[in-house]
Amino acid sequence: MSIEESVLKNDERILFRLRALYRAHGYTQYKMSKFEEYDLYARNKDFLISDNVITFTDTNGKLMALKPDVTLSIIKNSKDGAGVRKVYYSENVYRVSGNSRAYREIMQTGLECVGEIDDYAITEVLMLAANSLARISSDYVLDISHLDIVAAVIDDLNVDGETRKALLAAVGEKNLHGIAELTQKAGVATEKAEVLRRLVMLQGSPERVLPTLKELLQGSKALDALDRLSRIISTLCASGCGEKLRIDFSVINDMNYYNGIVFKGFVNGVPTGVLSGGQYDRLMRKMGKRSDAIGFAVYLDQLERLYEDGVRFDVDAVLLYDKETDLGALMKAVETLTAAGESVTAQREIPEKLRYKKLLQLTESGVKILEENA
Amino acid sequence: MLNVALPKGRLGEKVYAMFEAAGFECPSIKENNRKLIFENKEAGVRYFWVKPSDVAIYVERGAADIGVAGKDILLEYEPDVYELFDLDIGKCRMAVAAKNDFHDDPQKTLRVATKFSNIARNYYTSLGRDIDIIHLNGSIEIAPILGLSDVIVDIVETGTTLKENNLSVQETIVPISARLIANKTSYKFKSEPIEAILQSLASMAKEQK
Repeated sequence: MSIEESVLKNDERILFRLRALYRAHGYTQYKMSKFEEYDLYARNKDFLISDNVITFTDTNGKLMALKPDVTLSIIKNSKDGAGVRKVYYSENVYRVSGNSRAYREIMQTGLECVGEIDDYAITEVLMLAANSLARISSDYVLDISHLDIVAAVIDDLNVDGETRKALLAAVGEKNLHGIAELTQKAGVATEKAEVLRRLVMLQGSPERVLPTLKELLQGSKALDALDRLSRIISTLCASGCGEKLRIDFSVINDMNYYNGIVFKGFVNGVPTGVLSGGQYDRLMRKMGKRSDAIGFAVYLDQLERLYEDGVRFDVDAVLLYDKETDLGALMKAVETLTAAGESVTAQREIPEKLRYKKLLQLTESGVKILEENA
Repeated sequence: MLNVALPKGRLGEKVYAMFEAAGFECPSIKENNRKLIFENKEAGVRYFWVKPSDVAIYVERGAADIGVAGKDILLEYEPDVYELFDLDIGKCRMAVAAKNDFHDDPQKTLRVATKFSNIARNYYTSLGRDIDIIHLNGSIEIAPILGLSDVIVDIVETGTTLKENNLSVQETIVPISARLIANKTSYKFKSEPIEAILQSLASMAKEQK
């Protein structure tokens, strides 16, 4: 069966393309039920984008939730074992979105790799993230950061937990004046604070940023992380998706869950990030798993606005008939039009506010054109 | 074209003057008319005036690429944007104020009247204090006088209004000034003009010091 792409909505079209992409790389679909025990989310509240969850009591008295997230369910059902388990999903999730303070149904797709995550697995996931963005729009950027580098630089400042949290938030906002203020207040030596400031300022293409990073960073933890990052990125560049990669340390995922490489994808024309992911070994430990994991999600609800393809007509033709019209002749006329590839609606009267290209009337002598809109 | 949301009012005019000095002028903005949007094609910039508390929304949702908003608004609404620069103007502070003879009784729930519910809640949570928030939209100062609340959380500039009503600042929560904010996506795809504005603003600030 071939599907005409034109009948698909943009998000549906992208969804199909992404599915084909993930399947081609050996990811199998993970299908889950709409509900999950609320307990799962209550224990990992901070991992969720918004901590509001729609709950209800099941017939057996258990408190259930309409799933606000897919990753937690996948981890819960994953088993530590040999090899890397690769799955993709496309599911509706339910959560409060943005400032609207109201629940919305959000179409989300993504993939997860669970198992022994080596350089290849990370490189593959990053490549798939870049390719997912490329299937949405050719004008995209994938920001990549390494949380161990950020953590090492901030650890080096020796500040209390409160300040550390505030500093991380400031890094996420690229808030240089905020960083200066916080480090000054905490009595951090200027040259140490300068390292963090420069880390935040460093952003852009890998070939420009990576050499500078090597000079900036100190300590084995940061340098090891940089080593891995450089290795993976140079492989990605060699395989042809380097042009759209950016190193940007303002990608700060919650360090209670994430570690290592994290990334965020942006597409020109969509005001918020459309793709987000990273390594989340810490979440795995929290949920009692030995395996490591990496994955990402694509937020398809944002893409509606991306293509203003200017649909000006609801239907190609309105075919008017009346009480006297012969039923067989009407059916035939409709069939002729649809066979010619036109969409047609047969009506006794023109429906209100319907936008049509042609207004036709079926008379005894045949189809007559009453009106044509260009 | 770079879309810039400016806060209506005195602060916005000051901000425009800084942008103009930075080389992003738009002469039509000074004409006295009812236009809402002002464009200078050569400079590649488009300005529009919006309510100060709405700037963050325009920027977060990408209708404006950059904008200028008070730190109070950013703390209250916590928009997902980059906070790129402290313009060091529009300076004031977010403070707790009460009647001059106010004595805080820690045994009681503190009644707090404010326009900034989120800031007030975060501040008192950090102190571990139980409070009752009374959200008002204006004339906050009247609340403690009429006994509606024990204290208020509001912006204090000179403190004149407080003084004239026998109120005084009890605690400063955070200093406030105007910040340059940018939409995250715009920052990636229009980085050149945004960086240019940022650089000129930074060098202007250095000169003044």
